[in-house]
Formats: sequence, C-alpha cells, structure tokens
Amino acid sequence: MPSPVELFPARAAEIAYHVDALFFFLLIVTGIAAVGVFTLLIFFSVRYRRRTPPRPTPRITGHIRLELFWTTTPFLVFLVMFWWGARIYLAMAQPPAGAIDLYVVGKQWMWKVQHAQGQREINEVHIPLGQPVKLTLTSEDVIHDFFVPAFRTKIDVVPGRYVYEWFTPTVAGTYHFFCSQYCGTNHAGMRGEVYVMDPADYQQWLNLKSEGSLALEGRKLFLQLQCITCHVAGPKARAPILESLYGATIPLRGGGTAVADDNYIRESILNPQAKVVMGWEPIMPTFEGQVSEEDLIKLIAYIKSLGPGQTPQRNEESVPPPPPTETKKTESP
Amino acid sequence: MSTISAPFRPQSSVRQTPTAGENYVNAAYGTRSWLLTTDHKRIALLYLVSVSSMFIIGGLAATLIRLNLLTPNGAFMTADTYNKTFTAHGIIMVFYFLVPVIPSVLGNFLLPLMIGARDLAFPRLNLASWYIYMVGAAMILWVIFSGGIDTGWTFYTPFSSKASHTDVIPAMIAIAIAGFSSIFTGLNFIVTVHYLRAPGMTWFRLPLFVWSLYATSLILLLATPVLTVALFLVAVERIFGIGIFDPALGGDPVLFQHLFWFYSHPAVYIMVLPAMGIVSEVITCFARKNIFGYPFVVAASLGIAVVGFLVWAHHMFVAGQSVYAALVFSLLSYCVAIPSAIKVFNWTATLYRGSISFRTPMLYILGFIGLFTLGGLTGLFLAALGLNVHVHDTYFIIAHFHFIMVGGTVMAYMGGLHYWWPKITGKLYPESWGRISALLIFFGFLLTFLPQFVLGYLGMPRRYFAYPPEFQVLNVLSTAGASILAVGYALPLTYLIWSLRYGPDAGPNPWEATGLEWQTPSPPPTHNFAEIPVVDCGPYEYSGEEVPDHGH
Repeated sequence: MPSPVELFPARAAEIAYHVDALFFFLLIVTGIAAVGVFTLLIFFSVRYRRRTPPRPTPRITGHIRLELFWTTTPFLVFLVMFWWGARIYLAMAQPPAGAIDLYVVGKQWMWKVQHAQGQREINEVHIPLGQPVKLTLTSEDVIHDFFVPAFRTKIDVVPGRYVYEWFTPTVAGTYHFFCSQYCGTNHAGMRGEVYVMDPADYQQWLNLKSEGSLALEGRKLFLQLQCITCHVAGPKARAPILESLYGATIPLRGGGTAVADDNYIRESILNPQAKVVMGWEPIMPTFEGQVSEEDLIKLIAYIKSLGPGQTPQRNEESVPPPPPTETKKTESP
Repeated sequence: MSTISAPFRPQSSVRQTPTAGENYVNAAYGTRSWLLTTDHKRIALLYLVSVSSMFIIGGLAATLIRLNLLTPNGAFMTADTYNKTFTAHGIIMVFYFLVPVIPSVLGNFLLPLMIGARDLAFPRLNLASWYIYMVGAAMILWVIFSGGIDTGWTFYTPFSSKASHTDVIPAMIAIAIAGFSSIFTGLNFIVTVHYLRAPGMTWFRLPLFVWSLYATSLILLLATPVLTVALFLVAVERIFGIGIFDPALGGDPVLFQHLFWFYSHPAVYIMVLPAMGIVSEVITCFARKNIFGYPFVVAASLGIAVVGFLVWAHHMFVAGQSVYAALVFSLLSYCVAIPSAIKVFNWTATLYRGSISFRTPMLYILGFIGLFTLGGLTGLFLAALGLNVHVHDTYFIIAHFHFIMVGGTVMAYMGGLHYWWPKITGKLYPESWGRISALLIFFGFLLTFLPQFVLGYLGMPRRYFAYPPEFQVLNVLSTAGASILAVGYALPLTYLIWSLRYGPDAGPNPWEATGLEWQTPSPPPTHNFAEIPVVDCGPYEYSGEEVPDHGH
C-alpha cells in the first residue's frame, strides 16, 4: 500500500541507482552553492545595513581575479555534472543484447503492449525481475511518452517511427507508468501499472496468457497479405528474399546502404519506394492504411525470426496469386 | 524623509529645476489624447493597463488550475476544461505578459529617460506596436472565451496540426500578431540606443537596465520571426494538408519542436534579461554602491543573448534526437548558466560595504536574487542528461521555470514597478503595505513551488488533470501557497491605485538615485528634459568618493 505522503519515489531498476546518485550529488553541490550565496546575502544585509546617520560607502568597481575565479569555478564543476549526466544518458541509449523484447503501441488514450510470445495487455506491463527488458514503442496518432518513475526512465513515443527504452528491474512490485507527453483530453488517464514479478511467477503468467507468438502471427499476415508472392525463394522471386535480413547492411539502388532495423523494415512496408534494394525494381505497392501498427510489429517480428531456408513455399497456403505480371510491366519501364 | 547624508554623484550635473508645472499626464486630457499619443511614457501606461489585465486573466486561470488539483480526480472541472485552462494560462502568461511586460512597460517609459533622449527613435511605430499587441490580445481572448484551445502553449505537432478539434489556427494567428509587436519594440529600442544617447552617454556609461533591454531587443528581433514561421507552417498543414509535421503525410513531428524552441528558449531570456537589468538598478541605489564588475555584467547579458540561441534542443532530450546532439546541447546548456551565475555573484558583491536600506523595491529585488538563484541551480539538474530523462515533463520542470519566470521576472518587475512608481506617477505608495506584499509574494511563492519539485521527482507528469492519490498532500500544500501568492499580488494592485489619488507627492528623486531619469521632475514633462543633459560619469556613482577621471 502506498503511504499517504511520499517524498521520494520507489527505486526499482538498475539505472535508477545511478540517476539517484547523480541527483544527490547535484543536490549537495547546488545546496552548498545556495547556502554560500544566501549566507553572504544575509551577512552583508545585516552587517552593512544602513545606520543613522548613514555611513559613506567606498567606491568599489570590481575585482578582475575574483571575476575570473567565479567564472572558472562553476565551469569546472559544471563539466563534472555534464560528464556524469552524459554517461548515464549513453547507458540509457544502449539496450543490452539478449533483453526481453516488448512492443508498445500508444494511442489516444491507451497503451497496447505485446509480448514476443503473443501475450497482449492494455495499460499493464508484466515483466520478470532481474532481466533486462527492451521496449520498442510507436504511436498511432500523436506524440505520447512512456514514463516509469520507479525506473527513472522515459521516452517520447513519436508516430511514424520506432523508439526504444530499456531497464533492468531490481525490486519486485507494482509501479505506475504514465504518459508524460501531453496528448489531449484524457492524457492524465493514459497510465497504468508495471508488474515486476519473480521469474517463476512471470513464466506462469506467460503460460496462462499464451497465444500464438508474434512471429507466428506475423507469418500468417505475411501469407495473408501475399507478401510471399514476390518475396519468395528461388527463381520466381521478384523481390529480395528476407531470410537473415534483420540487422544486415544492405546496398541500395542508386547508391548508399541502409541497416535493416525495425525502422527500415517499417518504412519499406509503408513507403517501399523510399529505399529500394540494389538490383530490384521498385514495384512494391504501399501497405499504408492496410496494416495497423500492431500488425507491423508482428510482420517485423516474423522477418526478424526468418532464418536461412525458412521462407515458406509460395503455394503453402492456397492463396490464389493476383495477376502480377501486368502490374509489373506497367510499373517498371 | 531622506535618510541619506552622504553625497552622491548624479550622471548629469545639469540639474533640472523641479517645477510643479506641466507633465506628460496633465499635458492633455481626453481619451483621444491617450489613444493617439506618441509619447513613450503614455504608451508605457497603455501597456501597463493592458499587460496587467492579461496578468489578472492568466492569474485567474492559474487559480482554477490549482483549485482543481486539490483532489486526485479533479475538484470541479472536466478534463477538457482543465486542458483549456492550462493552455490559456500558459499562452496568456508567456506571450501576452512575461515577454512584453518589462520591455513594453518599464522599458518604454524609462529607456529614453535613462539615456537622456526625448522619446524613442520611432514614436509612431511605438504606438503601432501597442495597437498590434491589442489586436493579438483581443483575438486570443476571443479564442479563449469562445470555446478555448487545448494544445498547451507549446502547440506540439501532430496534436496541434491534426488531432485537436479546437480553434488552433486563430490562436496561432493571435500569437503571431503579438509577435510583430515584439519585433517592432525590439527594433525601436535598438535604434534608440544607437542614435539617441545624450552627449557623454558612452556605451560603458549606459545604465545596466538599458544594456539588458538592448540584449533583449536583439533576441526579440532575431528569434520571434522563427516562431511566426513555425506557427505559419502548422496552419499550412492544417488548412491545405501539406505534410510538414504529420508523419502520415510524410512530415516530421519533431521538426516543429526544433522550430518552436528555437524561439521559445531565447524567449526565456527575453523574459529574464530585462529583469536582471532592474536588479542592477535597484541594488546599487539601495546599497549606495557602484555595481561590482560593470563590464562583466554587460558581457554576461550579451553572452546570454548569444549562447541562449544555442541551447534549444535541451527541451528535447527525450524526444528521440541523436545522442551526440544531446551531448552538445547539454554542454552548451551548462555554458549558458555561467553568465547568470556571474550576475548573481556581482550583485552579492555589490552589497559588500554598502549602506543597505530595505525599502519595498529592495525587498522585491533581494527576493528575486534568492528565487532566481534557486531556479538557476535547479536548471543544472535539468541540463544533466541522465537526470533530465527522469524529470522531463514532470512538475520538476514546472517548478523550475516558475522559479525563473515568476520568482525571477515577476519579482523583478514588481521591484522595478515599486522603484519607478514615484517617477511614473509622482506619488508615493504606503511603504509598509509594499513591504508586506513583497514578503507575502516571496513566501507564498516558495510554498507554492517547492512542493512541486518533490512532486516532479516523484514522477507526477505535467498537464495532468487527475493524479494518483499519494500525490495529494503535496498538491494541497502547493494550492495553499498559491492562495497566499494571490493575496500578495492583489495588495499592490490595491495600494498602487490608491496612491494615485491619496499618495503623498514623491518629488523628483525620492531614493536619491543617480540615473538621468531621476534628474527630471516626477512625473516627467512631455519632452522629458528641459534641456538635454550632458553625461560625465557612469551610472552608479553612489559613494561619496572622488570619481577618477579615466580620460577619453
């Protein structure tokens, strides 16, 4: 139970210890500065208060060495603050390998969370204790922000791209998360709870909630949307094969390269002409408006999971192929 | 009433004969004589009435916000009403009060007087600035009272460009119009300082208030157009559906934040630089001292004006910008804190071996130094990248910028208003009431905003209409402080108006100050000086000692 008054937030992630250490360092340094300035102000105010009759004052116009002293001293102290803050920020920007992947879609005014094994939740996040968790987030409409005070971390969730946030929970319990980028009427209602569970409980929870994994769901979509018609293995391919694509650096038509990360795959589905792979014609139609943000996440999960030789046969699901030949001819001069 | 026997040296040895004759107030009567005036002093009073009215409206919105936050689920407003109320509070206070208040009221009245000029360089442009401001103000009030807008004063896209169903475009036009008023005022001030200084008023004899207005004007002129452009682009997207910010149309929502903060961060210095100028004027007068380190204080003002343009992206540390950009902007943000620190140290050193009297203006100014110091120090927390991530968009930010803008700008404005009130009106206000108001505002302010730092570190996000129950006690404390603050602001409104009729005559120079504005009668005659003064020393020769001749 939360006590009626809190003065300091719960601390439940590894990075939070570093953030709090910096916070206390700043509190002490700025506290010393504030007490110093206020002591001088009060001391001068009392010591040099106007007497009756008033005393004449000396003509003091400045002191170069003093000016240099109080210009350089703060600067050196500030460098320490900068360096310390930068170190924590850099750590926050680099998710460790092997983290548990969670996919989060924000929309006015709810959070939809998907686990890699297919479990879905709304305004709740269940995660195990002691393991790094990496969130991949996007928004369906306006900018939101996923903020977990107990983990001391947040990120703006911008529509049209993926952003990442990660943490390693250190204390089991229930913690608030908030949308902290103003997003309209029910902004204050766009919040929920993070449940940090013992790994055994977490496994049990996963089993209870089990559905098809994201990659499996993505595979269904891949066939249903007829991506397989072109992205097929063998001589009939009219588009690059997607096996082992994820994370690879690929040459682009017209020069340059791109890293096939989440954002690249997302863009290639919604705006295929933007970065076409070298050696292929720009014939792919856009899927903008046909796949939701959640479906995109499933498709990406599937492409991520595709290893060598795992591309399904074109006729595996008996989906009648569209008349592609004509389309191809009209689109590639 | 004077308690000062030590001699001091006014900036001009040409003493103006203080006659109780014609002045700018009684020179002409009737509404036309005010609405068509080109006298900078009368225009300053027009601005005083306008921005004070806006302050009252913005303050009422703040009252509603604080009252609604008394209970975790919102005391009496719906979520939409609450969102419109904080938007109204932010827009009115930032664009229609804090940005114009000191330049347009005190700057307008005092700039020509302090440099020994008869008016600003472009008197009719000055009047036009006021009319433009009034058009913008009327328009924004129409938007607010005819239905309101719910975007927040920051207008972040794509919420403002596609999701909001309120009158976003009229509000943006209103703000853009008010921006032109700022641009014209800035232009007017810059030209005036360059061309209308009295004989002998060299750049390094300028009062620091003039220097700070000069630095402010540079920012007004260079930054405001960017805001106009940003608002214009949002309107283009909303009306014509051209994709600039909306990713569904191929735009980039974060681009808006870059444009917006390119204006709105320098705008913080538009608000606080003139306040710093007032502090230098008042603290020297009531400590009877030269300012400590005049050239360093001037350089700090200009340094803030320049580096202030290079820190905008520190508002976007969690917006997904490049890590390396964030590193650069963090370091630059620490750099911009240094000139402010230099100023605080110089003011403190100015008190050393002074003869300090604690009249109302001085109490306000000491309050400024205290609150501004705390506001600046908490800024160091925000510039630290790893810590910024946690407190970004929480009440920690709210508390920090209210320390700078209310604890800083408004405190100094109140101090300046009390300092120059005898000059503006020729009347004295009741001193004890003045001191009570300064103390109420100082302590009311602390009680309002200190709890918000705690709330912010606990994680309460800003712009929250409802909040988890464990945040309630601190919110109630903050609202209690706000009610003290409200009384503190209501007092001067009452006794200053009272003093117009019942206050004793002030005489030309009740504080025995050295500036040129004090060498002419109160209220000043229409053309400010019977004869243009000749300046032969710096602005703050309060000590009785001989002023060494530096030679020219």
